[in-house]
Formats: sequence, structure tokens, C-alpha cells
Amino acid sequence: MPAAVGDQAIVPAAVLEADGLACRRGGRLLIAAVDWRLAPGDALLLHGANGSGKSSLLRLLAGFLRPAAGRLRHGGNDVFADLPEWRGLLHLIGYQDGLKPSLTVAENLAAVTGLLGGSTARLGAAPHRFALAELADTPARFLSSGQRRRAGLARLVAAPRPIWLLDEPATGLDAQNRRRLEALIDEHRRAGGIAVVASHGDVQVKSPHMLDLGH
Amino acid sequence: MWQPLAALARRDLRLALRSPTETFMGVIFFLVALSLFPLGVGASPDILTRIGAGVIWVLALLAVLLTLDRLFQADLDDGSLDLLRLAPAPLEFIVLVKCAVHWLTSGLLLVVASPLLALLMALPADAYWALPLALLLGTPTLTLIGAIGAGLLVGSRRGSVLTALIVLPLYIPVLIFGMSAVDGVLLGLGGRTAFLILGAMLLAAASLAPFAIAAALRLAGE
Repeated sequence: MPAAVGDQAIVPAAVLEADGLACRRGGRLLIAAVDWRLAPGDALLLHGANGSGKSSLLRLLAGFLRPAAGRLRHGGNDVFADLPEWRGLLHLIGYQDGLKPSLTVAENLAAVTGLLGGSTARLGAAPHRFALAELADTPARFLSSGQRRRAGLARLVAAPRPIWLLDEPATGLDAQNRRRLEALIDEHRRAGGIAVVASHGDVQVKSPHMLDLGH
Repeated sequence: MWQPLAALARRDLRLALRSPTETFMGVIFFLVALSLFPLGVGASPDILTRIGAGVIWVLALLAVLLTLDRLFQADLDDGSLDLLRLAPAPLEFIVLVKCAVHWLTSGLLLVVASPLLALLMALPADAYWALPLALLLGTPTLTLIGAIGAGLLVGSRRGSVLTALIVLPLYIPVLIFGMSAVDGVLLGLGGRTAFLILGAMLLAAASLAPFAIAAALRLAGE
């Protein structure tokens, strides 16, 4: 197992600022004017009922949706002005894990790592992180939902990126793997990364900024 | 920029090899549907020779159409479409790679199978090189144009039927020049111009279609 497991060789994040960010979905103002300022190492915890716009806000942050109003700045630059550059800095973990059912876990991880421009050398560390080593040769269609989620999260390790957008990342994870995920988020923040986490409280994030999207 | 594209090509090729039924569906349809024609119109060589090239081209259009919905739908369903958009390479190049792999695992098989079809339709000897060559120039264009429709309708129910309705009219120029290339050779009129036009359409599709496909996929992600 390589020694580089704990070491996050990333370009640290810069200050991530939202200024009156609003999101409109289906003609309805889903998120009205939210503001925050996250320094490297900070985490933002999104709260809110189902349908309050947590996932939409994360997709907005990833640049998949356009804001109805407001600005999002990373290191002072408007991220929507240069989306390709911004997308190269972030991970988005959504409700789907991006695994191909007919490929094995190892093949899936190799494909995702290559796609995201990660290094295959780090891949050695990724399966161990979520105890995926014994699943490496299993086709993804035979995985349970928790195992699929673990395989999806492994890309956080395999391709280091400074901004993590995590949408209910602990769905399906058992207690032990939730602890692993929390440790991973802590480590990421210590290395100067930023994490934005939407959660119903099943992931403990140390001293987060909070954003309540209401109902 | 090349690492993500190479990883994508490897992944898609591997996926195609893992599900041979889906991969070979198009070419098997091509063979089965064509073998119905001698039964339907009678096995007289004059009729078959006269309609042969046209029938083969029409079936090639339909065979490509059949395979289009696996182009982006699976990536949308399992969340890989988001991953493709987070890759450090322009989406236009990514869709071009996806189309190239799709063609290798669908259109190319039609090209390879086409001499056999020429035999089934009792086409003259010249068809054994003219037909594969015309399909070689024409089928990548079919994949690229079809991918625009597949991208626009990815995620919609009844997507594959609608894709056919949108895409088939756009296939008409390829059909016309593909036909006249083969017929030109078979009737001794020389199909050179038609072959050149097929090539020009391929170049135009390869350079313009990726922008349309990428724009369609960006809409699908909203």
C-alpha cells in the first residue's frame, strides 16, 4: 500500500464566495439570494427538507445550472465566466455513482480516474480507503447500494481536486464507512480543500458553516 | 487533455465488448432484414440487382438508428454524463470520441458485412468494393448526425422513436449520394463525384456535429 494515502497532493482551494446566489427551477424561485464566504479548509453544510433545493444548489455550484441571479467567485474570479477551468477543480458526488454495471470495480475506477485526469498511481490507495480491494474484480452490477456508493466515493481519493460537492454522500453507507468518509473530508480540509455537503445529519462535519434552505 | 479522451475510448470499447448482443444488434438486424427481401420480392436476379444498392443503404440507415439510443442514454442513467462534463477536456472532443467508438462498434461492422449483402442481392462484382467504400464514407456521417438527435432526446421517454423521426429526414442526403456512388459504379457511369460528396459530408459532420451534440447534452444536464 503506497505511503501517499493520507497525503492530498492538491492545489489548495482559494476563497469561495457566493453573493446573492439564486436558482430558478421550473419557473419557481427555488433558492433566493444565499451568501457565504468559505476559506480553504472550510466546510459548508446544507440543510433543508426534501425538495428545498440542496441538489439543485450543488448542481448550480458545479456549473450544470445557471444562476437566476448573483455571483459565485473562486479566488475572486467569477466561476461562470470560465466553466471548464472551474469544473477541473471540483468533484460532484450525486445520487448516482457513475459506475458501469458490466465493468468490474477496478475497471470502473481506472476509467473514472482517467476521465478526471487523476493518476493511476493513486488508484492503489483508493480501493483500500473504502475497503474495496476485495471487490476489485466484481462487476459493479453485483454490488449492494452501499458498496456502489463506496466505489463512487473512491474517486475523491483517486483524483485529488480541491472542491468537493457532496450530495447525501453517506447514503447506504454503514457506520464504519461513514467514519471513513468523515475522516476523508477532515483530511481534505486540512490539506486546504473546501467541502460543500448536503446531508440529513448522517455525516458529522467538524465546525461547519451552515446554510438552511428551509422547506 | 488526451488522458481523459483515451480513458473514455478505452472504457466505451470495453463496454461494447462486454455486451456483444447490443453491439452486434445493428449488424444482425442488417443481415436478417436484408434476407427478407429476396423472399418478399422474389429471387429473380434482375429485380434484386436493380434494387440491391438502395435496399442495403436504407437498411444501413435503420441499423445505425437502432444502435443510437445506447450512445448517451446509459451515461445519463448511471450518472457518467456528469462525470464526462467534469473531465478536463472540452465536451465537443468527448462527444467526438464517443461517436468514434460508437461507429467502430456499429458502422464499421456494417461496412465489413456489406460484401456479403452484395452477394445476397446478386450485385455485380464491382459492388464488392464500391458498396463497402460508400458505407465507409457514409456511416460515420450517419452516426454523427444521429448523435445530435440522440443527444437532444436523451432522457425523454419514447426517445428512440422520436430520435428516428428527427434524424431520418437528415439522413436523406447521405442516402442519395450513397446510392448514386454505388449505382454510378455499377452502371459504369463512374461514381467519383458522389464519393467525393460523401467524403465532404463526413468532414462537415465531423467538424460541426460535435458542437450541436455537446450543446444538446448541456441542455440535458439542466
